[in-house]
Amino acid sequence: MSEFLAMGGYAWYVWMAYGAVAVVVVAETLAVRVRLRAARTAARRTDPAAAPPAARFERENPA
Amino acid sequence: MNWFRYASPASFYPLAGRIARASAAAAVILAVAGLAIGLVVAPTDATQGEAYRIIFIHVPASWMAMFVYFVMAVWSALALGFNTRLSAMMAQALAPTGALMAFLALWTGAFWGRPTWGTYWAWDARMTSTLILLFLYLGVIALRHAVADPRRADRACALLSLVGAVNLPIIYFSVRWWNTLHQGASVSLSSAPKMATVMLTGMLVMTFAAWAYCIAVSLTRVRAIILEREAAAGWVREVATA
Repeated sequence: MSEFLAMGGYAWYVWMAYGAVAVVVVAETLAVRVRLRAARTAARRTDPAAAPPAARFERENPA
Repeated sequence: MNWFRYASPASFYPLAGRIARASAAAAVILAVAGLAIGLVVAPTDATQGEAYRIIFIHVPASWMAMFVYFVMAVWSALALGFNTRLSAMMAQALAPTGALMAFLALWTGAFWGRPTWGTYWAWDARMTSTLILLFLYLGVIALRHAVADPRRADRACALLSLVGAVNLPIIYFSVRWWNTLHQGASVSLSSAPKMATVMLTGMLVMTFAAWAYCIAVSLTRVRAIILEREAAAGWVREVATA
């Protein structure tokens, strides 16, 4: 196991590269899930008549 | 089946959720298999030792950085041409994921370059054009936040994305056009791969994992964007409560 972690003397380079990928993947996954949950909560509370300006603009200017 | 049905955010929202869940499951399975091949099964490289194992994340991240930009540019063209809200939302959802892939391509490349080339960074043609790709992504994201009206931001970002697309062939052909530090392609459609089968397998499995991952996160993000931007629509309250 320690031989595996040592990566033939290249541990610093290999694990810095793989570590960054792990951090980015975990952080982005959590971030999009939190954002979706927050958007759901906000949508539940939104009264369409009192929608924020951006949403009102979209409703009045359908694509 | 009427495909145009899914141009409407209301009907795309649940479909995106199903595709995102399936892609996330595929990404986990492929990543586990790809990491097992890349870190355990694949033998030590004859010249680079274990340092070469960075290839299993560097190449997928670099390919995805370019491919996500290409997809973002296609959605941008559709958004400009047909003025469809959902196309612009798809482009908006892809930008952060593409930026992260470009960052990872540069970061993993730096930590591969140091032990093999002797430097973390050089102003090499491919490295510099990939850095410009990262700046293009960041520019699109910044522009989105700088324009208050979302429909005008859609058009501005779409235009910037399309102009920036000129950088894609520059990255792709940089190793042929300029003879700087980065090596040429080891894998191409026109010739046999110049690497061992097990290494190639690991790299391709990791590429499919990265592909599934990018689909899963960007579709989850587009669902959040749909709810945020369509908050005034009646259907949004219904699905949010469900």
